[in-house]
Amino acid sequence: MKEKIEKIIIQTLQELNDELERSELENPTSKTKLFSRDGALDSLALVTFLADLEDRLSEEFDTEITLANAQAMSQRFSPFKNVESLSLYIQGLLDG
Amino acid sequence: MAKNILITGTRKGIGQALAKAYLAEGHNVIGCSRKEASLTHVNYTHFVLDISDEKAVLQMFRQIKKFFNKLDVLINNAGIAAMNHSLTTTCESVNALFSTNVLGTFLFSREAAKMMMRQKNGRIVNYTSVASAISLEGEAVYAASKSAVESLTKTMAKELGSLGITVNAIGPTPVATDLIKSVPKDKIQALIDHQAIKRMGEFKDIKQVVDFFIDEKSNFITGQIIYLGGIVK
Repeated sequence: MKEKIEKIIIQTLQELNDELERSELENPTSKTKLFSRDGALDSLALVTFLADLEDRLSEEFDTEITLANAQAMSQRFSPFKNVESLSLYIQGLLDG
Repeated sequence: MAKNILITGTRKGIGQALAKAYLAEGHNVIGCSRKEASLTHVNYTHFVLDISDEKAVLQMFRQIKKFFNKLDVLINNAGIAAMNHSLTTTCESVNALFSTNVLGTFLFSREAAKMMMRQKNGRIVNYTSVASAISLEGEAVYAASKSAVESLTKTMAKELGSLGITVNAIGPTPVATDLIKSVPKDKIQALIDHQAIKRMGEFKDIKQVVDFFIDEKSNFITGQIIYLGGIVK
């Protein structure tokens, strides 16, 4: 499941990068930094990315999912740090 | 060009009248209420849900994305009122008022904005009340819930401005609908006495302001609250 989630994240990032045109998002991997001090996304891009990702995850897993919830925002280590941390976080949400 | 317009609380009152009017103008209207639809039209789609139920709201937006792909306008019309002195207001009443008026408005605005941000264009219209503007005694919690809506309107306008989404609010004067049917006549008159133009509001007064907010040419108007009847905050 982790691989499937990671693949969805990477596809979503690549599609978003058609607009953003950031070199670090051309070929994202599990280590690609997202929303951190030297991450590829600013807050506006993060909002767009999360909205796109919620849509795609809802379709793929046939469930309603909200990524930017209080749990995520209050975690000491942000799940939005990189692709790997995000996919682990999503897996946790889907596992309930 | 036909717009996709989402209106909450379309089973009766202003919401139903707005839905009928925009359908007559050739737009697609998506409506919702706690109960089954009260109107049928080839371009009308109805959802039955509690607007403060996050899961139900997410499911509804998933369907909207699937069938309509884009959303041009959200009118957060659904709301409940309660005439009550603060000292006799129950916790249940506070919860109900804030759930529908604030949480419902917030959830729909959040999900609509996620759709609108992709097209870099969208209009959100919220409903406040003159009860908030004049701190109407006997409506403490209702007025507080509408003050929260005004605050949401102004702050979301700032947060969504760069995404091409405008957020404004209308503050209607009393209009003869179910919302105020149990309010005593002297209370309604006291409200009207605060207005510069002393009469009850009508549906056309509300639609005039909503039309203005959702007009494509109103793309530089956001974070604004317009009260009908000349109420000055």
